[in-house]
Amino acid sequence: MRRHPGLYLTIIILVAIAAALFVYPKNWGAKELPWRLGLDLVGGTHLVYQIDLSQVAAADQASVVAGLRDVIEKRVNLFGVSEPQVYIAQNGNSAQLDVDLAGIKNVTDAISQIGETPLLDFAEVQQNGSSTQYVPTNLTGQYITGAQLIFNQTTGAPQVQITFNTQGADIFSRMTAANVGKPLAIFLDNNLIEAPTVQQQITGGTALITGNFTVDSAKTLVERFNAGALPAPIKLVNQQTVSATLGNDSLKKVIFAAIIGTLLVVLFMLFYYRLFGVFAGCALIIYIALTLGIFKLLGITMDLAGIAGFVLTIGMAVDANILTFERIKEEQKRGLPRTSAVEEGFRRAWPSIRDSNTSTIITAVILYYFTSSFVQGFALTLLIGVIVSLFSAITTTRLFLRVYENSGSKNKESQRLATSN
Amino acid sequence: MLNIVGNRKIWFTISGVLVGAAIVAVAIFGFKLSAEFKGGTLWEFSLPGSNASLGDVQQFFSSNLRITNADISVDSGNNSFMARFDSIDEPTHQADIAALTAQWPSFTELSFQSIGPSVGAALEKNVVIAIILVLVGISLYIAFAFRKASRPVSSWKYGWITLLTLIHDVSIPAGMLVLLGKFHGVEMDTNAIVALLVVMGFSVHDTIVVFDRVRENLLLRRGKEKFADIVNDSVNQTMARSINTSLTLILVLLSLYFVGPATLQYFILTLLVGVVTGIYSSIFIASPLLVSVSPKE
Repeated sequence: MRRHPGLYLTIIILVAIAAALFVYPKNWGAKELPWRLGLDLVGGTHLVYQIDLSQVAAADQASVVAGLRDVIEKRVNLFGVSEPQVYIAQNGNSAQLDVDLAGIKNVTDAISQIGETPLLDFAEVQQNGSSTQYVPTNLTGQYITGAQLIFNQTTGAPQVQITFNTQGADIFSRMTAANVGKPLAIFLDNNLIEAPTVQQQITGGTALITGNFTVDSAKTLVERFNAGALPAPIKLVNQQTVSATLGNDSLKKVIFAAIIGTLLVVLFMLFYYRLFGVFAGCALIIYIALTLGIFKLLGITMDLAGIAGFVLTIGMAVDANILTFERIKEEQKRGLPRTSAVEEGFRRAWPSIRDSNTSTIITAVILYYFTSSFVQGFALTLLIGVIVSLFSAITTTRLFLRVYENSGSKNKESQRLATSN
Repeated sequence: MLNIVGNRKIWFTISGVLVGAAIVAVAIFGFKLSAEFKGGTLWEFSLPGSNASLGDVQQFFSSNLRITNADISVDSGNNSFMARFDSIDEPTHQADIAALTAQWPSFTELSFQSIGPSVGAALEKNVVIAIILVLVGISLYIAFAFRKASRPVSSWKYGWITLLTLIHDVSIPAGMLVLLGKFHGVEMDTNAIVALLVVMGFSVHDTIVVFDRVRENLLLRRGKEKFADIVNDSVNQTMARSINTSLTLILVLLSLYFVGPATLQYFILTLLVGVVTGIYSSIFIASPLLVSVSPKE
């Protein structure tokens, strides 16, 4: 980079311009990829359910939780909100189910639908020529106590065994007797998932579903049955709703504050460091474009705290510049010629830049691992921001200075600019 | 050149009084924990066009909704109300909305948060772990980074002093939060905790800049001059830059505070106080402490 600073600087500027276009393509007619914005900015509801696993055997817990998540995700998808998110937060021996619904209108309906026991139905199948009719029976998920994945002893094929309670066993026994050799349809949330053929009357209260299962599809079915039976009740423990109006208002204000903050920092650098300040300002703009590009590329959800974290890094990104510029001034006072003062300044300022940024990186990493979602967005943007700002302040600014020095040696008149302070 | 190291007793006294006051405030008043920690409901709504006063709303909550312990405040800027009370379930929430809408047809819910009491305990534990890890992590890193500066003060002492400075920098904004909680109803929520943790990460920047200069000057001048003079020189040489680096952050924080969203107001204020405390402590506390722990020459 020492040899061709202009080339490298051009590359960085081009990448930054590409990033800027990627971040905000509106005015260039390019296709706008939407940002992933947090619920606190677009409005929406965040629901937290506590899953009561006290009645579930330890070995089944994982499949119960996974099945529950699956069913609830399917339900949530029916609400028609964009990118609903359902995720599990395991915390010791209790599990939480988090549901994020962006831009949802009717929260009450959503809450009541999520809380309902998933619908599991058995139906008899009647073939009338080419059309198939399903006749619902009164055997539903409420009679199932659990399901298990087992393997056929001779063929090794995966099969699903479901267990009914006494009442369910009774109904199932009568139903299978009437349908030997015919398919029996199984519906989950009114969607047909399987229609296995009944091979004989089943009286033991368990049913074996053979069929064309892969291990994965059998496992999924087991999870769904286990969730369908809902052996673990869920309870809404935390709900947070932010209106779209409030969210929009926050978004506008935080962006405005970011712009004002950036302008103030650039003005300060121009005022205090003059020509060097121009380079720092340009490096800062490049930093902002690159970092936003990375956020968007990684698909990081930008919530209010995350944006605040990023805005803070704008204030910190020039810190390394300040440390370097002060050092360069010092080296010049000691009588070093300008070009060597610049190189020496960068070299000598590095240990303090490295050590101080490491402390912020330590903080961000700890925040990320020990806290809940609000803080994680903040920690992540802070972490990425600090790392990119190191690159920006060291590499970009240095390239600007080298390019300037190269042109300056041809053009002596600007020699004393940095000493004027 | 300012004689900062020589006058260190003055700075130590000022800081001692401030930190002492903060600790006393925490001990007497305690933190006003938010619903995130102890469970509860946080409900923000507006009644556009109506001239309902805070008293009207309070009256309605206690007599019509039968929520007697509600703590309601009004933000006259955007005519919104914030109510805090025990956690309620969803049917109650809907019934309350219906009742409020019947009374004030323009009722608009801005945000609603209801947290059961069990959630907070786990959060509290994680927060304590995070604070301890940040304190220990940064101090250990400093002890490691300054291993070459071992004479006359061992690099472990740089770590210890960093730890003391961190506690100093965090206890003053924490004391402020306690007072704001006592007299202004400001709650200690996750935002506030994050702000305190971030203050630690930021405030140590300036301390490192000064220590770094001490480290460098020691390599050049060790044995030729008194340690106290080397430290005092280092502080003076780096004062402008440690103020400037924090100043750019303060500029950004000020714009967030004055034109940013209201929800971040106390988060930003905590950071502001912490960063200013950090500038002060790096110049007037951390470096003079180095001299205090050095062997007598």
